[in-house]
Amino acid sequence: MDSLFFFLASLTLLCALMVVLSKNPVHSVLFLIITFFTISGHYVLLNAQFLAVVNIIVYAGAIMVLFLFVIMFLNMSKAGDKIKTSTISKFAGAIAGGMMFVVLVAALKDATIAGLNPETYNSQAGMVENLGYVLFTEYLLPFELASVLFLVAMVGAVMIGKKEQGESHF
Amino acid sequence: MESVDLLYKAIYILVIFGITLLIATYSTYFERKIAAFIQDRVGPNRAGPAGLLQPLADAGKLFFKEDFIPTKANKALFILGPGVAMLVATMSSAVIPFGDMLIIGGREVYLQAIEVNIGVLYIFGVVSLGVYGLMIGGWASNNKYSLLGAIRAASQAISYELAMGLSLIAVLMMTGSLSLREIAEQQAGFNWNIWYQPLGFLIFLVCAFAETNRTPFDLPESEAELIGGYHTEYGSMKLGMYLFAEYINIFVVSAVMSTLYFGAYNFPFMENLRQAISDPVLANNVVTIIGVVAMFIKIFLFIFFFMWVRWTLPRFRYDQLMKLGWNILIPLSILNILLTAAGILLKDYLF
Repeated sequence: MDSLFFFLASLTLLCALMVVLSKNPVHSVLFLIITFFTISGHYVLLNAQFLAVVNIIVYAGAIMVLFLFVIMFLNMSKAGDKIKTSTISKFAGAIAGGMMFVVLVAALKDATIAGLNPETYNSQAGMVENLGYVLFTEYLLPFELASVLFLVAMVGAVMIGKKEQGESHF
Repeated sequence: MESVDLLYKAIYILVIFGITLLIATYSTYFERKIAAFIQDRVGPNRAGPAGLLQPLADAGKLFFKEDFIPTKANKALFILGPGVAMLVATMSSAVIPFGDMLIIGGREVYLQAIEVNIGVLYIFGVVSLGVYGLMIGGWASNNKYSLLGAIRAASQAISYELAMGLSLIAVLMMTGSLSLREIAEQQAGFNWNIWYQPLGFLIFLVCAFAETNRTPFDLPESEAELIGGYHTEYGSMKLGMYLFAEYINIFVVSAVMSTLYFGAYNFPFMENLRQAISDPVLANNVVTIIGVVAMFIKIFLFIFFFMWVRWTLPRFRYDQLMKLGWNILIPLSILNILLTAAGILLKDYLF
């Protein structure tokens, strides 16, 4: 089981790196999809099958299709058309990344690794029945608030996408 | 799991894989025969008796054609596209219960490759991945028509997934389980879900046509306006893989529809048959085997229905397709959810 975890983890990191490093945006998106799959693999290792499959349906199945859709429309990968990065944005990226690193180190400095506690450990916690039960009892308010958030986002998208009054110019 | 169980599982998975490929192969033959019947022709009749070897001849032809890759195409993704389409198509039959339990030498063998408590979601996830093969192939071809086909495929798949998911929710509200085996077991005898979910089934059926890119929703490959759609640049067995994946998808979607709405391996009077045979082990095995036959009969009827529709109905226009998906099917499936909820609540008061 340990070796499987390390294999999956290294694959996840490799694919996530390739998302950033590959020159072709379509390749980046495809690597991101593989990253979602490996993360789903981690969920399965944690016995959270519902989360694993929902991760694939929502991210790999819907959101990334739209990403791919948009990037294919933009069609940025003309041969020899290298995207140049200016020195200033390189500096800005290095500073932002360095600060993120400092924050992460500061946050994780005092953290301890929580060991396995056999008394409170429930291997069935990730099963869909238990998850649904917890969502509708303990976390009912955050759950409903999240749905309101989605509704607001949907209304916003409809507002932006709505046809404006008057002559259309397309 | 013991090694004997693993062996049974391995054999079962290989058998299902083989049956999937066999059915997909012969779907091409029956598609042409049914088309010929509907159009009052004879159809393929040269290779073998009644043309039965036609699929083999087709496969041989596809294998020996020149394997062509356009110069400006993205080579890696061009090869990956058909592979992804095929892989995703063959993945989904893993959770479908093709039969109940067989008792072999005192050992219970379930006729299902993997039993997970989220089977329905697994199918849904795999179906939503099916569009990647089309999109990758269509984009990598570096051809405007292919790209248009790929984009049509993507937007169509996303639009119809919503209505499909919503119509599934009504079934899940009734069964209270995401496991396909439990859903199948709850429909014992003639107590099929179709009697309670006729509207949900209709929505699911329409969405299934759209998801498998079949006429009247085969816009991604409409030859009249897009040459060949996403597979314009493909030839040889790569094209064959795309076409093959489409037939596998039809088989899988038919199996899912039979499982969710038409009682899976259950058939009328199965309990009477079980009681009529005195030996319980023999009774169980006979009922299970007849159940498997019933399941495949249902699947074949659905496959026939797919072909019947293809050669009867004309193609939708693209804006009509989008309007049907977003303005008609989604509100209808939400209405179906409300009706189902009301039915479940009222059942306790009325009966």
